[in-house]
Amino acid sequence: MSHPYKKRLRRSMMFLNCQKPGLIKDPYIYKPDSIMLDLEDAVAENQKDAARYSLYHALQEIDYRGVERVVRINGLDTPHWKEDIRVCVAGGADTIRIAKTESAQDVHVVEEHVLAAEREFGRPEGSTLLMSALESCKGVLNALEICKSSDRLIGIALSGGDYTKDLQTTITGTGVELQGARQQMIIAARAAGVQCWDTVFTNLDAMDVFEEEVKMIKMMGFDGKSLVNPRQIAIVHKIFTPTQKEIIFAEKVVKEIDEKKALGIGVFTVDGKMIDIAFYDGAKRTIDLAKASGVYEGDL
Amino acid sequence: MEVKKAAMAGTLESSDAQVTVEPGNGKIELSIESSVIHQFGKQIKATILETLNRLDVTDAKVTVVDKGALDCTLKARVECAVYRSNDITENLPWGGVIK
Repeated sequence: MSHPYKKRLRRSMMFLNCQKPGLIKDPYIYKPDSIMLDLEDAVAENQKDAARYSLYHALQEIDYRGVERVVRINGLDTPHWKEDIRVCVAGGADTIRIAKTESAQDVHVVEEHVLAAEREFGRPEGSTLLMSALESCKGVLNALEICKSSDRLIGIALSGGDYTKDLQTTITGTGVELQGARQQMIIAARAAGVQCWDTVFTNLDAMDVFEEEVKMIKMMGFDGKSLVNPRQIAIVHKIFTPTQKEIIFAEKVVKEIDEKKALGIGVFTVDGKMIDIAFYDGAKRTIDLAKASGVYEGDL
Repeated sequence: MEVKKAAMAGTLESSDAQVTVEPGNGKIELSIESSVIHQFGKQIKATILETLNRLDVTDAKVTVVDKGALDCTLKARVECAVYRSNDITENLPWGGVIK
């Protein structure tokens, strides 16, 4: 049976450095959908052990008030990931973010150790979800097999910094260097029925550019974005939450299609727009997103 | 657990605590410096001693410089310093004596 939270709302996934107690003690006040407690790049090499103790106690003792607790573990090419998995599972992390995923095999290796840890620490088998960060050309090309690799996998996230390094370019601010990866990843994720998140935007002095980027990735089909600063959360939520106008139109579409179907009518107009069954799933998705975002007051 | 050599964990940043453990002279010698010692001194001391007790550390000199750390941070820093003094970083007893 699929995990009940596999498809929960994940518009905003905010990174927090586990090395810094001041950052991980109360991030729920900013109301992100998910926090990503980082054991990887943000943590200095000689502080990997210290970050794990902080992580364990934070997971066990801090009430994150419904915010999903994702932990980014160190890559499979490091000596750290096995102990990272043990502490995540022992602490009761909701989801593990696998850094630098390049193949389905990488997910299988992590899954095997997660299962062993669930048995060791008495957690229900299958309770720990996984997500994969794609950070290389190989990873992006293997997006579909990664998306289909495990029942635990909730989705894939682009990691633009490492990816553009592998592509032998840089983050230019135009988005042109990320076009191929974004397109490939969202198509793969949808084909496999999992979620997909865009890379971080690190220039906090260019909030207008950030907003344009969020609008673009929403149009492309992404579920949300990895974030580095609480100031980015409200912008993402505003853009990813359906407007009242969109909700009302979606309601009409769903109701009209249901009614017209009973009358044997396949195509008709709603507010001057031609509507047929092809619009049904999209309208339902808008309603579902509105419900999940807490802005739906209708009866569907 | 024995404190085999001097080891330190944590920083002097706000909300953190820096904990140093050193081999002792047959008992626990605890020294605490904190900006909130008047309000939370007793609680900080109790948390440190409970953590040492759980780790079965009975012979150590322990120095804590607290910068407003939560209990969970104090525990994390004490545990880290003690395990570092034993050079242990893997197969830790999460949920056992670390809890």
